[in-house]
Formats: sequence, structure tokens, C-alpha cells
Amino acid sequence: MAEHGPTVLRVCRALLEPADAADAWSETFLAALRAYPRLREGSDVRAWLVTIAHRKALDQLRRAARRTANGRAAPAEPATHDPAPADDELRAALDALPPKQRGAVVYRYLAELTYAEIGRLLDCSPIAARRNAADGIANLRARYARARSRRRPNPTTSKGAKR
Amino acid sequence: MSAFQASNDRHVIDWLQTASAAAAPSAELHRRLETLAERAGLLDVAYRTVESPIGPLLLAATPAGIVRVAFEREGHDAVLARLAGELSPRILHAPRRLDGAARELEQYFAQRRRTFDVELDLTLAHGFRRSVLAELRRIPYGATKSYAAVARAAGNAGAVRAAASACAQNPLPLFVPCHRVVKSDGSAGDYRGGREAKAKLLALEGGG
Repeated sequence: MAEHGPTVLRVCRALLEPADAADAWSETFLAALRAYPRLREGSDVRAWLVTIAHRKALDQLRRAARRTANGRAAPAEPATHDPAPADDELRAALDALPPKQRGAVVYRYLAELTYAEIGRLLDCSPIAARRNAADGIANLRARYARARSRRRPNPTTSKGAKR
Repeated sequence: MSAFQASNDRHVIDWLQTASAAAAPSAELHRRLETLAERAGLLDVAYRTVESPIGPLLLAATPAGIVRVAFEREGHDAVLARLAGELSPRILHAPRRLDGAARELEQYFAQRRRTFDVELDLTLAHGFRRSVLAELRRIPYGATKSYAAVARAAGNAGAVRAAASACAQNPLPLFVPCHRVVKSDGSAGDYRGGREAKAKLLALEGGG
């Protein structure tokens, strides 16, 4: 189970604010420890953990929404300090995606789930999951190009920019 | 999808993956999980490894005490997998529960400690084997006893072979000093950690 710690953390960080991601990660593994004895032998532990992380991330998002609705900002002192949050540009790009695209991209490319598994998590068909992942990547591509051109203002030295 | 677009997608996916790649859970995150799991009573088996003059040792503990010490040659992953089956799958790398044991071992190897004070959990030994372990704990630092004498002391003089097997299967080497049991002809005999490790331990205690 421990070997999947980094994958679950990548998923949580790509779905949530840094402090919420750390909490979701801890909650995922606590829930997993609680449920582990009931897990069927031969189950895909990584997919199972990502499924739990998906639910814990939704819990965190609901909590964050309640905080906002009550007019309170996120707690100044998060329960867990996460010293290595994801890249700011990536975070902004992911934040801008519709939830299903964000989920599909994260579960496909960071958790390496199948489209069938992603469909189950996002409550859609495998085909819709694949389309959401493709649309998500297309949206990220646009942001990625903008981020690159901002970071490297001189296009002649930029190997990523294609004009 | 054009080839150009596909290669651009690859860039984006690389970006997504590399920007997220540094996501190894920090020591702080692990400590927090350890604390929460312990508090929730979900930490059935905690483990850590320690370096030692006889190679890396795996230490595992239940809430009752140290339950298993394993040598590198046993394969630490294999030992953990067996513990998951025999005790509980709720196993977590949680060094704090084993801080005391690690400290005592360090002092022992530095010849600053002759007896261990940490609690032991003998769950993994049953019946006659457990009586043998109880006898082993009575052999003082620096002393040795023969397998035959241990069998006699454990209440079955005829069970020399069973006594030897109990030593060989000792789940708590070092803390339960099976290395102090030697053959009747004076040679050291086998050891779960290897003959070389046994010789080193006997030399360490002899020189202390």
C-alpha cells in the first residue's frame, strides 16, 4: 500500500488546494487502513486507493465550498503543512478545467487508470471518460502554450514554442 | 488528430507529469498519518529498519511490544508480507513506535547495554517454542548454553532438535538472545542471521 503513496499524493495535489490535498492524502490512507482487511485478494490496490482518494477529494471540495459559502477563507493554519505543492502554472491550468475534464486528465495521466475505471469514478461511460481526458488535454495545451511564451519571451531561444 | 497536435499533447502530458512528479509524501505527512492511524487504533503493526554491524535489521511492533526482528538475508519485504498474513494487513512504516527499540539496539552494539528493557510481543511463537524463548531470555550477556541444556531447562530434555528449531525460528533475535545457544562441541552452530553474524555477536559480548 505504501508504494502508492506518491501516486495518491499526485492525484490529491492535482485536484485540490495544497493544504486540502495533504488532508485528503492522510484521510485516504486512514480509510484504506480501516478497509484494507476487507479488500479482496488480487484486487488492484492502486485503483482502489485512487477511488478512495477521489471520494476524499470530493469531501474536501464540499468542505471548501462550505467555507466559502460561510464567508470564511481557508484556515490560515492548515492541519497539515504540505511543503512541496505542485507547480503554480499547472495548478492554475488545472483549476481552469471543468471538473470532469480535470478528473479524467488526473486519473488517466497521473493515476494511470483505465477509461472504464475513470468512467466509474466520474459517473460516465468509458467513451465519455476518454473524450473528457482528450478535451482536458486540449484545454491544458492552450494554457501550456501561453505559460511557455510568458516564461520565455524570446521565441527564437524557445524550443517549445511553435509559431 | 494531426502529428503536430499529437506531439503537442505529449508536451502537455509531460508537463503535467513532471510538474507533479516531485510529489513524494514528506516525512511530515507520514508522521501525521502515523499519529492519526495510531490514535484511531488502526496501526496494528509498525515497522522500521535500523542499521547495525550485522547488517540492516527490520523491526516490527504491535501495540503490545516488539513482535519481529528480521535480518537482511530473510528478505525484509517477504517478512512484512508474512506479518501482514499472520498478524494484520494494517502495517505502516511508523518509526516512532520503534524508537526505544532502535535506541536500545544501538547501545547494545556500542557495548553500552547488556539487557533490553523494551516490551516484547511473543505472539509469533507458540507452545514449546515459547517456553524455549523464555529460557533463552534467562541466559546472561556474555554467557552461552548448549541446545541440550536449553531443551532440559524448557522442560523437555529429549527435545534438543525442537529446541534448536525454536532458536532457528526465533521471531525476536537479539532481544531474545538465541545467539547465546551453541552446539555441545562448543562450535557456534546455525543462526537466522547467518553464522558470521552469530560469531560477531558472541565476540561483541565476549569483548564487553
